Amino acid sequence: MRMVMESPCVAVTVNGKVIEVPEGTTLADLLGSEGYDRSRIAVEVDGDICPRADLGSRVIRGGETVEVVSFVGGG
Amino acid sequence: MSDELVLGGRRFNSRFILGSGKFSLEMTRRVIEEGGVEMATLAVRRANAAGEGNVLDSMPEGITLLPNTSGARTAEEAVRIARLARELGCGDFVKVEIIRDTKYLLPDNRETVRAVGMLADEGFIPMPYMMPDLTAARDMADAGAAAVMPLGAPIGSNRGLLTRDFVRMMVEELDVPVIVDAGIGKPSQACEAMELGCAAVMANTAIATARDVPMMARAFRTAIEAGRMAYLAGTGRVLEGRAEASSPLTGFLGGSD
Repeated sequence: MRMVMESPCVAVTVNGKVIEVPEGTTLADLLGSEGYDRSRIAVEVDGDICPRADLGSRVIRGGETVEVVSFVGGG
Repeated sequence: MSDELVLGGRRFNSRFILGSGKFSLEMTRRVIEEGGVEMATLAVRRANAAGEGNVLDSMPEGITLLPNTSGARTAEEAVRIARLARELGCGDFVKVEIIRDTKYLLPDNRETVRAVGMLADEGFIPMPYMMPDLTAARDMADAGAAAVMPLGAPIGSNRGLLTRDFVRMMVEELDVPVIVDAGIGKPSQACEAMELGCAAVMANTAIATARDVPMMARAFRTAIEAGRMAYLAGTGRVLEGRAEASSPLTGFLGGSD
C-alpha cells in the first residue's frame, strides 16, 4: 500500500549549518527563505561557484555543501 | 603636472589605499572622503542573512575595490577566495594575502608567488602582500603581479617602516609599483615611504585607532601627497661628519677687512 507523505526533504549544509529543504528546492529558493540579499552575495556549491544567473534553476541535491559569502570591511 | 598612479591599466590620482577594516559603515565613507581615497580593500566572509548593512553601501561611486584573500593559507585557497570576490561583481583586482603565521601574520612569499601566477592566468590583476624580499618580488612581477605590497611592520602594529632598507631596494630595482602595506602607524611614516619612491601607501589600523578618525585620514592624505612631491622634487644630499653653513661665510660684523 502506498502511503501519502509530505514531499521528501534533503539535507544541505549552508555556511556550516545543516538545513532540511523540500526536494526540488533551488538555490534561489533557499537563499530567499534564509533571508540573504541576493544582490550582495556569491554562492559556492561543493567548492564550485554557482553563477548568479543560475541560482534560480540550480536544484539542491542532498548532502551538498553551500557557502554563501559577501564582502565585509577588511585590510 | 599629471602624476597618476597606473595599476592594472587603471589610473589613480590618489596614492592612499585604504584598508576598510575596523570602521563602521558610516565611518568608512567618511574616511574615504577625507582621505581622498580612490582604492579600498575588502575581505570576503560568510554572509549574514539580510537586515545588516553591507560594506559595499559605504563605498562611493567610482572607487576601485581591491578584495583581499585574507583567510587563505595556500595558493589554492587564495584562488578560491579571489573567484568568489570576482563573482561578487567588483572587478579583477585582488590583493593576494596568504598567511600561515598566526602570531605575527607574516605573509608566505613562496605560496604567494604561486598564487599570483595562477590568478594572472585567470585574468585577475594580482597585487601581492609580501615580505620585502627582492628576489621573491622579482618572481611576483614575472608571475604577473601588477604591483607588489611589502609590509612595513606586522599587520595592525602601527610600528612604522621597520623594513625601510629592503623596501628601498625593491623601489630601486623593480619595474612594478611598490606599495607599502601593513604596519604604517603615522603620517610621517607614510610620508617616508613615499619619499623613498613607493608608488602608494596602504593604511587601515593607523586611522581606525586614531582618536579623531576623519582627521587622521586627512593627515595621511596630506603626508602621502607631501612624500610624493618630495620624491619627485628629489631630496637634497646628506653630509656625513661635517657641516656646511647656509649663511655666507663672508662679510661678518667686526671683521678685519
